[in-house]
Amino acid sequence: MATTSLKPIPAASFDENKARHLLSRAGFGGPPRQVAFLAGLGLKKAVDFLVDYESIDISALPKPQYDSEIVRPLRGDVMKMLGDGKSGDAKAIREKLRMEFLQRQAEDRLQMAGIEQWWLTRMIATPRPLEEKLVLLWHGHFASNNRTVDDSFLMLQQNVLFRKHANGNFGELVMGVIRDPAILKFLNNNSNRKGHPNENLARELMELFTLGVGAYGENDIKQGARALTGYGVEDNDFAFHRNAHDEGQKEILGRKGLFDGEDFVRILLGRPQCPLFISYKLYRHFVGDIDEKPTDTQEAVIRAMAKVLSDNRYELKPVLKTLFMSEHFYDPQIVGGMVKSPAQLLVGTARMLNTPARNSGTLAAAMSMMGQQLFEPPSVAGWDGGRGWINTSTLFVRQNMATYLITGKVPGDQNWSQDTVGYDPLFLLADLADRSPGSTVNLLSNLLLGEHAAAGRREELTKYLAARRGGITQGSVLAMLMLVTAMPEYQLC
Amino acid sequence: MTDKPAFTRREFIGNGAMIVSTMATVPLFLERSAWALTPATGSAVKDRPGVPGERILVVVQMTGGNDGINTVVPFGWREYYKARPGIGIAEKDVLKLDSNAGLGLNPEMGDLKAMMDAGLALGVLGVGYPNPNRSHFSSMDIWHTADPTGRSGKGFGWIGRTLDEMRSQSKGKIDATACVCVGNESPLAANGRQVKPVTFQDANLFRWSGGDLHASLAKEYEAINRAGVVGDVDPNSPMAFVMRTALDAQIASQKIRAAVNKEPVTKFGEGKLASQLRMVAAMIRAELPTRVYYVSLGGFDTHAGQPNTHARNLREFSSAIRSFYAELKAIGAQSRVLTLAFSEFGRRVEQNASNGTDHGTAGPLFLFGEKVRATKTGLLGEQPSLAADRLDQGDLIYNTDFRSIYAAVLQDWMKVDVKEVLGAPFRAASVIKT
Repeated sequence: MATTSLKPIPAASFDENKARHLLSRAGFGGPPRQVAFLAGLGLKKAVDFLVDYESIDISALPKPQYDSEIVRPLRGDVMKMLGDGKSGDAKAIREKLRMEFLQRQAEDRLQMAGIEQWWLTRMIATPRPLEEKLVLLWHGHFASNNRTVDDSFLMLQQNVLFRKHANGNFGELVMGVIRDPAILKFLNNNSNRKGHPNENLARELMELFTLGVGAYGENDIKQGARALTGYGVEDNDFAFHRNAHDEGQKEILGRKGLFDGEDFVRILLGRPQCPLFISYKLYRHFVGDIDEKPTDTQEAVIRAMAKVLSDNRYELKPVLKTLFMSEHFYDPQIVGGMVKSPAQLLVGTARMLNTPARNSGTLAAAMSMMGQQLFEPPSVAGWDGGRGWINTSTLFVRQNMATYLITGKVPGDQNWSQDTVGYDPLFLLADLADRSPGSTVNLLSNLLLGEHAAAGRREELTKYLAARRGGITQGSVLAMLMLVTAMPEYQLC
Repeated sequence: MTDKPAFTRREFIGNGAMIVSTMATVPLFLERSAWALTPATGSAVKDRPGVPGERILVVVQMTGGNDGINTVVPFGWREYYKARPGIGIAEKDVLKLDSNAGLGLNPEMGDLKAMMDAGLALGVLGVGYPNPNRSHFSSMDIWHTADPTGRSGKGFGWIGRTLDEMRSQSKGKIDATACVCVGNESPLAANGRQVKPVTFQDANLFRWSGGDLHASLAKEYEAINRAGVVGDVDPNSPMAFVMRTALDAQIASQKIRAAVNKEPVTKFGEGKLASQLRMVAAMIRAELPTRVYYVSLGGFDTHAGQPNTHARNLREFSSAIRSFYAELKAIGAQSRVLTLAFSEFGRRVEQNASNGTDHGTAGPLFLFGEKVRATKTGLLGEQPSLAADRLDQGDLIYNTDFRSIYAAVLQDWMKVDVKEVLGAPFRAASVIKT
């Protein structure tokens, strides 16, 4: 049984192994020198460095390319001209508009693909790994997908909103979400009007965004939907349609008043289930996979996290810092016990090994084959994760993706040659005093597998490396990296 | 007026409970290693009680929204030619099925007509669901999850749930290759909470690509990934789960690649669907313990210049299915395989100005196999009215809920509980001989 304590570990016990675990969970992992740098900072400073990331300069990161007007609604005057669509003129215009619309949609899909690749590239390049990891958490928590929203600019705008509040205040984030055009569109709140409520947003706001299943009744959904009437979208922006808003008295979760959407959110934030539910989500993202329901140990830790979250009025930094310093977080049962999400696997491989830039379209395709296409979570419930990431098909994709990052070779490419690798991994061994097969394997295995690699496996890898002609070379280390990233152990962190 | 790209499904996610055998560290494959290595003579998997023979379901997805009205052509209906002056199919060309009802097949579907005549094919008319969604993705999701509300699916599909149900019937035992999909991404339909599909576009790429680089690498990789659970790993830990999956993957890859690289007994036609079905037949022949195969044919989103594209698609579709069944007959598996072909929606009754059709609603669905109910005309159900005042925003009104077809497949073919899979006790349409 893992300890359930959230007390910090003794500062003196924070070594490179712990620093590596911290970097892989609070970020995506990193090369030996980054691990050494964190270890050198000491526990508290290392955690502060990762969590208080605002001071780290990111001006060098690439900006997304977009045209915010690709998808445009029909103007009123055009609509009028179309009239009932019966006259000959209107027919011709309608046909023209239809073709134009199809054209725009095709362009928008290309733009979405570009934004998807931009985000993936940013995750790999950012000096603030926790920021992107939190954006990924919120993307999966307030999940909407472009298949339904059908507007890449709205999806990008949402991504920016998640980043703005990533490590800030969860309450403010929810306030932003009920005014987020992508979410409003995704959950049909545009058609939530006085007298004709649409309950979709109200339901998900309680079930999936704040409280979890069973913490509310059907009537709370109906009343909550009334509070959210008139929260709509005009073009690319939030718009409050006053005429569509139901200003009457509502009763939500036992409270009565002339509530609007913000009041509704405040009521939800005041419920005891909310900090618990968010802590459960944080736990699943940073600490460990939860199957059907939390174990007793997990439950105890989540409760303790929830207390920190509510004592700090939903500020996220305190709970994150408490967690990243805690005895539970560094427990041997926790370290190396989580299935890597596709993003963790791909971004982590690129960051730990500092692989050269590969084709971002190929990487985005791999993400989708591994089941985590960015901006396309399968449903409003987000990604399920955990063991569900791994099956006989995705495992090969995961292995092949790592091989592609290391070598540039795509599956099926038979004309591959070693001249096109464009990557020399020997820098990983820069601080290694003795370059014997044994110590090389130890370093790489620690870096990529952590301490949970069985001794037998290390022996086997050492034997393999020792049998390579020419000793420790670019070629033999490349082979090692390909092998290690194709090991079952590499799927966990 | 929405158009989206051809359907590519990013499926996923599941609560990843393990696909494990009762002895946690022995992958299921190894329990049958005897047959995994030598071609079996009988059925590889023991029959389940109540299921005669080893029954297999093949799902063919016609992606993009097949124009049902030009597939089963209402040549006897005046409204048809009025609504489709540029793309209507002349009565003299239609392959007549039911002269009383004025219905027949697209002239390119001679192979399908031959199967109907032989009692191996059935077209069900007017299949759809309430409040039809005209978006490719949403409608496809509805068909995949069997959930028109979009609320209860939550990322799991009807086939995945069927296999989950079979898994629990057999006390947690199910083969890692229970469901095989051909394509880049696993279809949502195949995603179960526990049971996950095996998916590949090209079986020869269903393996680790790093082994191409050096023989020594391939050998070492095999040794590591085939080792199963090593060290003193807790059999319930995620580590043991990944190690087991790695071994399963090696064996599945080897079996599948060995199977599909065998030449078929008969001759298959050209085209993507034919080559996918050729692979499926090869896997059936190799006695893979697979229960469901999933293949797809794209190109049905015919907004412009429909006649040529649609004709080509239907020809490819019909000939691929016919050669598939010829091959099945040659390998003695004809009675074991039921095929269901569906599309996410039909198309608008009235053609558009580009000699194409826009997204619509209900359409015909096809079933193939010896156990399919034979009718005199090869058709079942009623063609929905084409009269302007009997349409829903210019689209056909469905009269058979697709879930009643699923229910028949589940109840009368796969022998699993309809309510467990579909979440509600749907009445099975009478499409399968019981």
